[in-house]
Amino acid sequence: MRGRKRGASRWARPAIMLGAAVMLLAAACGGGTEAKGGKVFDSVGKGEGKLSLIAWPGYVESGENDPKVDWVTPFQDQSGCQVSVKYANTSDEMVALMRQGGGKIYDGVSASGDATNRLIAHGDVAGVDVQKLIDAYKNQEIMPALQSPGHNTVDAVHYGVPYMWGVNFLMYNTEKVQKPSSWDITFEPSSPYAGNITAYDSPIYIADAALYLKAHQPDLGITDPYELTQAQFDASVDLLKQQAGMVRKYWAVYTDEIDAFKTGDLVAGTAWPVNLSLLLADGQPVDAVIPSEGVTGWADTWMMSSNAPHPNCMLQWMQWTTKADIQAQVAEYYGATPSNSASCDQLRTDLGEEADTVYHCGDQDFLKAIALWKTPQADCGNGRNDCMDYSKWTEAWTAIRGA
Amino acid sequence: MATVVARDSRPGLRRRFSAALYRRPGLKLVFLLLPPLAWMVVVYLGSLSLLFVSSFWRVDPFTSAIVHRWGLDNFKTILTEPAFRATAVRTAGIAAAVTVTDVLLAFPIAYYAARLATPRVRNALLVAVVLPLWSNYLVRVFAWRTILAEGGLADSFLGLIGLPGVRLGFTNWAVWIAFCYLWLPFVILPIYVALERIPRSLLEASGDLGARPWTTFRDVVFPLAFPGVVAGSIFAFSLTLGDYITPSLVGNTRFIGNVIFEFVGVSGNVPIAAAYGLVPVAIMAVYLFVARRLRAFEAL
Repeated sequence: MRGRKRGASRWARPAIMLGAAVMLLAAACGGGTEAKGGKVFDSVGKGEGKLSLIAWPGYVESGENDPKVDWVTPFQDQSGCQVSVKYANTSDEMVALMRQGGGKIYDGVSASGDATNRLIAHGDVAGVDVQKLIDAYKNQEIMPALQSPGHNTVDAVHYGVPYMWGVNFLMYNTEKVQKPSSWDITFEPSSPYAGNITAYDSPIYIADAALYLKAHQPDLGITDPYELTQAQFDASVDLLKQQAGMVRKYWAVYTDEIDAFKTGDLVAGTAWPVNLSLLLADGQPVDAVIPSEGVTGWADTWMMSSNAPHPNCMLQWMQWTTKADIQAQVAEYYGATPSNSASCDQLRTDLGEEADTVYHCGDQDFLKAIALWKTPQADCGNGRNDCMDYSKWTEAWTAIRGA
Repeated sequence: MATVVARDSRPGLRRRFSAALYRRPGLKLVFLLLPPLAWMVVVYLGSLSLLFVSSFWRVDPFTSAIVHRWGLDNFKTILTEPAFRATAVRTAGIAAAVTVTDVLLAFPIAYYAARLATPRVRNALLVAVVLPLWSNYLVRVFAWRTILAEGGLADSFLGLIGLPGVRLGFTNWAVWIAFCYLWLPFVILPIYVALERIPRSLLEASGDLGARPWTTFRDVVFPLAFPGVVAGSIFAFSLTLGDYITPSLVGNTRFIGNVIFEFVGVSGNVPIAAAYGLVPVAIMAVYLFVARRLRAFEAL
């Protein structure tokens, strides 16, 4: 008989529709994410046996890349905390990873200044009493500029310990590119290397464009490349949109840049010190300069999650990584500069005058001249509230990359 | 006199359950379908509906926490911002180009394998078509990256025959080539199956009625193979539409998937990612509707 549904199929359709409605309702009423409270750790207990970290590649070496480069195994032997690392490519990734699972998956992160304040504001990271727990602070070894910087110390609470700092310099292929002195070979359309340039694939790269315009279009009045008014921001974005036609490949994964320099697809562009170190170790003809307009850079902090599953191991890791000899080891492998000025003696012994000319170890003035990564906010000080905040940077970056 | 104790004549629980199912076939069907249906509804549809609902919410700009304030802002953004439109158009455009190219490449191979090859050659050809799928997706994509790199295999080969190197590394051409290669087996196989089912007698009858080979192909072979072509094209189109790994490895471009990945994995902005994720859903709905109108599914 047509038109008459029998048995199960009669109630199947209404049941499915009811189920779908219930599901949508349940999804809509689901709980959202909430900020957590702020603890301050002032004592270290027994290690929990494990430690899971989020880090920039090259920051947590356990001998896998180079058997002679290992500052993790001695830590594991001493503390009993087995270390596992998740490498992240951008600060945004680090923030997202840190917040996964309510902050209970990873114990700590080596956050740069453009991630730290976001993590602090959202309650993702815990305070640490550095004067009580960290020897490098007790012995006054940390560089003064990095003892209580705004990017990791808020309302006199320290939210981590300083690790390495460094620059995003201009790396170039010495066989194909004449030694540059300015970023113009990466920004000007008349550059002879257009089509083989690279740029960092993250919204924070807009600051590099702003830094370039600070020198080349002074009438825009840019002072801080992270505090940009609408006009300054639009000019930077226009520069980047025009640069997009010259860029062969944007890199976020550091091996992308290394591989492309090896094959010759890229000949010049912004790079991290570790990229240069690894290419040089491979015998590639590359070098890097700090151009006349200046550079952006980063000062990284080891921060601990508010809900860290292994807080004692994390605190021991913070103590370990602020030691002068450990920071010197990291510096020599990665190419960044230690925050612990007591490391400079060892760097000078191992590297000679490079410790001062290349690493600028202990050089406060050089550190202050770098435009360190920080989170752009609408509040740019002096009562003005008209700067572009990071969500605008992200939208603009999508526009630059999506066109 | 011994008392005979009667055994309890009620059957066991399993027996009673089995009998109940026998009496009610509808109930049997429910138990059979419940596990896969539950997985489908709870895991798949449930997560999709959560995603759909979250596309109406938004995110606090500084702390990146999801705020449950309802609104159509996300949809307005993705429809008006030129970058989102450009990305969607580019993704659909490359997907269409990959589909057309793959169908043009797959049809002759499938036709040869189905109708012209001897059984041994046919088996060898089918193995050859499926062989790349035995290796990992990433390995194949990285292989193309190496081939198309500056001074890589492509350039060396062209240099051997005297042509200048093509600077294809990290361009949209490279993405198109890589996708054509990746999905070709998925397009060849449905067309092969459809062509194999055509009975020889139809072709002979067409010839008897006076049709030239091209007419036979146009009026007999192709309409019968069309469902296979559409099935293969759905593979090529939908797989390209949703992919984000190949564009980021061999190209310098962003697909819909890359933008969604950035929003979720990097900015934590799930609402707008969910809204943008509805774009490929809409595109595929249109594609399948058109395929249905072209009567591609009637053979099923």
